[in-house]
Amino acid sequence: MLTIKNLHATVADKPILNGVSLDVPAGEVHAIMGPNGSGKSTLAYVLAGRPGYAVSEGGATFDGRDLLAMEPHERAAAGLFLGFQYPVEIPGVSMLQFVREALNTQRRARGEAELSGAEFIKLAREQAKLLGMDAEMLKRPVNVGFSGGEKKRAEMVQMGIMQPKFAVLDETDSGLDIDALKSVGAGINRIMRSPDKGVLLITHYQRLLDYVEPDKVHVLNAGRIVRSGGPELAKELEREGYAEAAA
Amino acid sequence: MTAPFPTRKQEEWRYADLDALRPVWQQFAEPLTLTVGPGESFEKIWLPGDEDVLVRRVQIALEGGAKAQIFVLNAASEYGRTELDVSLAEGADFELFGANIGTGVSTNEIVTNVRHVGEGGRSRQTIRSVLNGKATGSYLGKVEVARGAQKTDAEQSVKAMLLDRGATANCKPELEIFADDVKCAHGASVGELDAMQLFYAESRGLDPASARALLLEGFVMGLWDSAKDADAIGEAAREALRKVVG
Repeated sequence: MLTIKNLHATVADKPILNGVSLDVPAGEVHAIMGPNGSGKSTLAYVLAGRPGYAVSEGGATFDGRDLLAMEPHERAAAGLFLGFQYPVEIPGVSMLQFVREALNTQRRARGEAELSGAEFIKLAREQAKLLGMDAEMLKRPVNVGFSGGEKKRAEMVQMGIMQPKFAVLDETDSGLDIDALKSVGAGINRIMRSPDKGVLLITHYQRLLDYVEPDKVHVLNAGRIVRSGGPELAKELEREGYAEAAA
Repeated sequence: MTAPFPTRKQEEWRYADLDALRPVWQQFAEPLTLTVGPGESFEKIWLPGDEDVLVRRVQIALEGGAKAQIFVLNAASEYGRTELDVSLAEGADFELFGANIGTGVSTNEIVTNVRHVGEGGRSRQTIRSVLNGKATGSYLGKVEVARGAQKTDAEQSVKAMLLDRGATANCKPELEIFADDVKCAHGASVGELDAMQLFYAESRGLDPASARALLLEGFVMGLWDSAKDADAIGEAAREALRKVVG
């Protein structure tokens, strides 16, 4: 589903990714763990196409298509979703308007019918409820005045509405208390655990993996994957730290 | 007798398009005047018209405890000017929400003189400009607080978004205060669309043009939140933004 080969990337001419190779087949959840500065967020941004993140070597395909040749909005229409580590505030634009326009633009690009206002509001309310978010928050400007945890929940609500094929979730667990962590974990399983979907879960800690059990765990260090293993690797990292486990 | 034709030496006409003004000056030489009586409320929404040149010059006298809310969208294709001279008697309240939206070589400007004459008056001026091409958008806003106008509370918030290197935003808040117990605040910023907001919107599926349009809409549309019926001005603003974003 998502195949990354020997990916090198620079940010402001500084090399951050130094040959990442990774294959996430449909139906699997892979976790990427690693210390600060190892390149986890850079990998997420490169996959989503953030301007300024330059690929210098290697590549990535998504469902057989050249992912890196697509514009960010084309990647979204193709079914890729990036859950932001720091969801962005957009004053003056309501959540409802933002997500509806984004979803309908995606649907047009895929040749699907747009959702009417009523259909969309029903869908948005359902997803908000499933994630334990007050539906009134959908009327507020995008992420403005949301707490850290509310922003992460709102990202999952957006994911639930958009039903992507593949989600790259960048530290979706940071800033969450235990209850929020549980409901976000359940949300990821409900929305993305499916034989035709995939997830790349970027995280510092084991704790989210208690709720979303990964099929594989990879350790990223200095822009390379230095170890891969099953779910037990995450527990080992938690116990022994990155320095030991990645050595 | 009509007022003499203005010159650019006059501060309040400094950024005006006088060539565009000349042929229509006779109609606008004398400002309209209106008075809002004690304790009364007044709301006015000014939309752009089909004219290439649209000038409004209005003097408003707010008597004791009177309230006025003005919403204005300046989006003339050649020259748009909204000029307000407002005097506030004791306890009067004045709010102005204005936008300059322009592209091409248009000039749109909002020029105000808000005079706090009585005690305890409150004024709020919120101006947002979106400019593309070689357009100019200006706000010249003077707040005068007279000697006896203690407890005056005045604010000016001015922000402009420049979408092209050729576009110009002028912003000049000015305070003249002769009382010692007053609160007068002003803030101004000129910028471009935020790259992270654009990327966030695009990563959710909006193409670049739609993402820009949506962010600009958010920048402007908050102005009409307190209008009783914002449909017409909201739609006019969207239409103006569509022309500007292209």
